[in-house]
Amino acid sequence: MTRLFKSREALLALVIVLMTALIAWRFPAFIAPANLASVFNDTAPLMILALGQMIVILTKCIDLSVTATLALAGMAAALMNGAGVPLPVILLAVVVLGAVLGAVNGLLVWKVGIPSIVVTLGTMTIYRGVIFLLTDGKWVNAHEMTDGFKALPRAVLVGLPVMSWIAVVLIAVFAVVLNRTSLGRAFFAVGGNPHAAVYAGINVGRTQFAAFVISGALAGLAGYLWIARYAVAYVDVASGFELNVIAACVIGGISIAGGVGSVSGVILGAIFLGVIANALPVIGISPFWQMAISGSAIIIAVAFNASQSRVKGRIILKQADA
Amino acid sequence: MTSPASPSVTRNVPDRLQSSFTRGVRSWEMLLLVVLVLVFSANSFASPYFLNVWNLSDATFNFTEKAMIAFAMAMLIIAGEIDLSVASIIALASTAMGLAMTAGADTPMIVAAGIATGVACGAVNGVFVAGFGLPSIVVTIGTMSLFRGISFIILGDQAYTNYPKSLAFFGQGYVYWVFSFELLLFVLAAIAFYILLHRTSFGRSVYAIGNNATAAQFAGLRVVRIRFILFLLTGLMSGIAAVCLTSRLGSTRPSIATGMELEIVTMVVLGGVNILGGSGRILGVVLAALIMGCVTFGFGLLNVPGIVMSIFLGLLLISVIAIPRLLAHKFKRA
Repeated sequence: MTRLFKSREALLALVIVLMTALIAWRFPAFIAPANLASVFNDTAPLMILALGQMIVILTKCIDLSVTATLALAGMAAALMNGAGVPLPVILLAVVVLGAVLGAVNGLLVWKVGIPSIVVTLGTMTIYRGVIFLLTDGKWVNAHEMTDGFKALPRAVLVGLPVMSWIAVVLIAVFAVVLNRTSLGRAFFAVGGNPHAAVYAGINVGRTQFAAFVISGALAGLAGYLWIARYAVAYVDVASGFELNVIAACVIGGISIAGGVGSVSGVILGAIFLGVIANALPVIGISPFWQMAISGSAIIIAVAFNASQSRVKGRIILKQADA
Repeated sequence: MTSPASPSVTRNVPDRLQSSFTRGVRSWEMLLLVVLVLVFSANSFASPYFLNVWNLSDATFNFTEKAMIAFAMAMLIIAGEIDLSVASIIALASTAMGLAMTAGADTPMIVAAGIATGVACGAVNGVFVAGFGLPSIVVTIGTMSLFRGISFIILGDQAYTNYPKSLAFFGQGYVYWVFSFELLLFVLAAIAFYILLHRTSFGRSVYAIGNNATAAQFAGLRVVRIRFILFLLTGLMSGIAAVCLTSRLGSTRPSIATGMELEIVTMVVLGGVNILGGSGRILGVVLAALIMGCVTFGFGLLNVPGIVMSIFLGLLLISVIAIPRLLAHKFKRA
């Protein structure tokens, strides 16, 4: 019981509930089930991206190129749609394209040994640049997309839009994979103690590569969802959103040093940001506050994370040159 | 951010086995110099307008502001930290200048407001990273949002435009013939940072901290204080760059200098500074600044859109790190 109260997820959930209650006290319509569902739906792309980012951060890396991948895959989806490619093929293609873009990051980290922050800082501009090369900077607007293409994320199934269901399914899959499979545990092992991971027979580089591929594939899928939902594709789609993705992870208790975090934490972190984003217009605060609020949330969260994890184990065996 | 299990990083350990001449020829700076000469000559062939003193003088504005920050960033990265909030510091400092102007301040006060804001932002980063011991990458991603976020809160979709005429000197003035005030600042900053990093005990301690912060601590270095000073310096240089940029553009929008942190980190890494800390030199950063300025200007003359230049910069960033590593691999196997 005390463990539950001390857990960061419980604390974060409490903060979210209090925040929502505070908003509902002045604006009861905010907690109408339909509105809560729409908050969840709005946050779905953030959750999907944050799940991918989470496993990358677990392995001591970082992926700054997620939203560039999202934008490139989304533009590819829009262009394929314009060329008359059927929707199932498009869906498959965006996931594969995202995975390939993630694999480029992963290979540079794994085989060439470049720090992930440098790799993804570079690929983030390259991927966006490629969109420009593909389109000459032109936009793909709503009237150039077919109705079926735009309708899928909004189609309602058992009370929730498809986009929400995709997020729900992915959360479930991640919870199982991270806790119940050897690949999932490898992500934690690689970040928690790379030397120990090597001795345990885990290939550190390959695990990091896998994390980048998964993160890329999710970004690709999110790319289609994003473009189809907002019904417009251009070079700067979701530009700067990667900071929100990292913020969701940090707020959710993922340690940037790797090896620490949970799916529920990340999802709560994303919901925290989602509630704020949706509440600002309701309580009449200019949306221009959003950026400063998420910045402060990141700093507070990382300070809190650090104070929670002061006691650390010591490495007794030194460098394993395996 | 990389796994310690990856191939061990070569440190720049002083060794006297090679003569200083062979070291000079084989150095990273020599390679950069060759690249610079190649880029420069390619540009002069590609466009008849390249070799014109006034055009070249204009071209220096492409890199002077970024390079001023890059010098401080180089020291920070050598010490094993990073500051991703520099472009946001520019935004906030520039907004502070606008606020000072609206409050009726004269030019010296406006400049002071910009620089003081830069230093204050650096202090905020320094307190969180050096003081509380938090990872600099997350803290500065946070302050990157926070600082620009404050600009957005203050300005929204508005802009400050009515800066006094006398402010224009900092970004548009010339000291002598084609030599602009910004170019003078760039040269002074290069000399100052060269002396600070390579000729003072403070500079030596920066390398020591970057190579092994724990050992540096045990050797009696004031690691926390030095880290804090480095963040202050980066804030100071960002403040100065904000004054120059605001003066050059003559306006402040909250989106000013967006993405500049990428170009600055690219400049530093291209200059041969190890992103994991511990090695790098100011001369390399100076050459990298000149190369990037040359490339941007040359592409501009050829009407290449900005985003294509950024693809090129991204490729440059990755390849300058990848190629030496791949070559090293190959030679090891042979």
